[in-house]
Amino acid sequence: MYKIVRKRELNPTVTQMEIEAPLVARKAKPGQFIILRVDEEGERIPLTVAGTNPEEGTVKIIFQIVGATTEMLNHKNEGEYIQDFVGPLGMATHTEGIKKVCIVGGGVGCAIAMPVAQEFHRLGAEVTSIIGFRNKDLLILEDEFKACSDKLVVMTDDGSYARHGNVTVPLKEMLEAGEKFDMVIAIGPGIMMKFVVATCKPFGVPVTVSMNPIMIDGTGMCGGCRLTLNQDGKRVTKFACVDGPDFNGYEVDFDEAMSRGRMYFDYERNAHEEACNLFKNA
Amino acid sequence: MAIDPKKHEMPTQAPEVRAHNFSEVALGYDQETALAEASRCLNCKNRPCVSGCPVNIHIPEFIAKVKEGDFEAAYQIINQTSSLPAVCGRVCPQENQCEKYCTLAKKFEAVGIGRLERFVADWHNAHATEKAQAPESNGHKVAIVGSGPSGLTCAGDLAKKGYKVSVFEALHTAGGVLVYGIPEFRLPKSIVAKEVETLKDLGVDVETNVIIGKTLTIDELFEMGYEAVFIGSGAGLPNFMNIPGESLKGVYSANEFLTRSNLMKAYKEDPKTPIMKGGKVAVVGGGNVAMDAARTALRLGAEKVYIVYRRSMEELPARREEVEHAQEEGIDFRLLHNPVEILGYNNPDDPRDPKNGFVTGIRCVKMELGEPDASGRRRPVAIPGSEFELDVTAVIMAIGTSPNPLIKSTTKGLEVNSRGGIIVNEDGLTSREGVYAGGDAVTGAATVISAMGAGKVAAKAIDDYLSAK
Repeated sequence: MYKIVRKRELNPTVTQMEIEAPLVARKAKPGQFIILRVDEEGERIPLTVAGTNPEEGTVKIIFQIVGATTEMLNHKNEGEYIQDFVGPLGMATHTEGIKKVCIVGGGVGCAIAMPVAQEFHRLGAEVTSIIGFRNKDLLILEDEFKACSDKLVVMTDDGSYARHGNVTVPLKEMLEAGEKFDMVIAIGPGIMMKFVVATCKPFGVPVTVSMNPIMIDGTGMCGGCRLTLNQDGKRVTKFACVDGPDFNGYEVDFDEAMSRGRMYFDYERNAHEEACNLFKNA
Repeated sequence: MAIDPKKHEMPTQAPEVRAHNFSEVALGYDQETALAEASRCLNCKNRPCVSGCPVNIHIPEFIAKVKEGDFEAAYQIINQTSSLPAVCGRVCPQENQCEKYCTLAKKFEAVGIGRLERFVADWHNAHATEKAQAPESNGHKVAIVGSGPSGLTCAGDLAKKGYKVSVFEALHTAGGVLVYGIPEFRLPKSIVAKEVETLKDLGVDVETNVIIGKTLTIDELFEMGYEAVFIGSGAGLPNFMNIPGESLKGVYSANEFLTRSNLMKAYKEDPKTPIMKGGKVAVVGGGNVAMDAARTALRLGAEKVYIVYRRSMEELPARREEVEHAQEEGIDFRLLHNPVEILGYNNPDDPRDPKNGFVTGIRCVKMELGEPDASGRRRPVAIPGSEFELDVTAVIMAIGTSPNPLIKSTTKGLEVNSRGGIIVNEDGLTSREGVYAGGDAVTGAATVISAMGAGKVAAKAIDDYLSAK
């Protein structure tokens, strides 16, 4: 059992927790993820590590309440326990040789992008962050990004806060103005990452994307997290849990990945409704 | 007294009943049948059955005790060499091992050794009152990576010799393939849990949620005071055929499908972990895993389940009894068939149609057997122009796995072969001193009992190594 040491609501649909897991806290690097189960009958869900405190032995996770499991997790309070917490999984984000980086985060993807931005900042790279949200109410982590970015642009789809528009708008402006990034790292919904790649392509900037497919064991056993890369004209199957979650954005078949992500869409929507009703009745 | 030429039948649930439930198919011998079957054993001097057993169970001796009606004594004899008797009695391919070499088999059917082993183990689990006792510690610490059949066997053998053994398991439940892979109807999870409890009584420490190679490395285990390590990390990434359509929704690896159903209990009412139920299902492959996947799909409510296998019944590698059970349950065997493409729904007028990207069928080509290949089996060759389509809503790929990649990528000096299997010598020793390995991590997908055999060999080698140190 793993103790919830601290819990904080970042916005009405996004929660941050710090979980006591000393072995994971010692090892986890930005870009890696953990898998947890809320209770004995629960499903395994992957969540990216949003930070660690090795001295205290805690791991920070940030999750959006989208389904039954995240709903159950959100109903746990400080001092309570979750059943299983295992990691760190996947490969850490590649940082070597990158001196000037642009981090593009979308929605709850910003929770994953934040520790990556912090790591580049710590390593002395010049960090530009572009973070986007649907609206003002869903904004998270603005202060954290401000603290680790040389330049920060906040976007909202509806213009209810900061600049109006998609994250690709300022990205394109920067590239057109002659900004030379060693790497653009895009973390967010599939459709956002696909368009970040399309935006960067004419400028020849390398793009890394962080994929979050459906996953069960997370240790390279089940193959559920597979995705297809187009490499030198060949279609190659890769597994996000052991080969990723970061991939070369120019190679990822986003349409396929987004389609696979919707495999249990109906099931999950029903399960979430049931979980919500459960808590309403309780 | 004349010897009954036939093995006593194993009572089973009727096929039409069991096809709709997840309870165990084979019900086990009763006492009377066990006594009668045991009396078929000739107790011959040269004991060919024992050398046919990968863990060399003293077969005639335990059967002699069954004949006497001393079932606990029979169990203790099995327990000397096997840490998982209730498991082996159920999942071993006895027809290729002990029973294949049975003297009786030259004229009649072999003694039902596996069925007797199961009877004895179940009798012990139901009646034994005394817990296994942890022996006096010899002060040495050994780490075992993975709690599947090879790891549990290695742990059991070392614990019995007084070693302080810790087993590290990546998943949330101990048992490895015995819990995530083999379905409830063939190996009830309560039996695996019981075998794990017995090991804990022997003093074995089981740590779940620790991934060696990630949470801790092999080198850190040595720093923590472990003097030897056994790697039994098991099967790794599933193989796919590299045909078009394998990323469509509704295409599973057998590992994923079985893990969802078994480990994550998606077979139960109202599960937290989803799985596709019903429809028509094609399972590609002919091994035990393919049989397990096909029969699981059937029990989850599929209206039609095909086994698609490119060779003929003769080459089908699954345990004979599983094939027979699958046939009785109505699984449709499409032998000498090879998939060439998986077909999916695509509405050209509406890219947002929710049905887009789901499986609608599988295109196969018919095969014929040609000359023998490297494996000695006749090579299947496609018959030109014989392609046709089967309408299905799900496809499960059960064509093997490659060894787990996590440890080799984080352990310096650990040599692996071109397929990713850890290289070991005849004692299970790897290229690193004090590091041993066995099971699927070495061989790629194989059987439970061969993994147990490897765990046993390594346990002996570790004991020799640490005793001499």
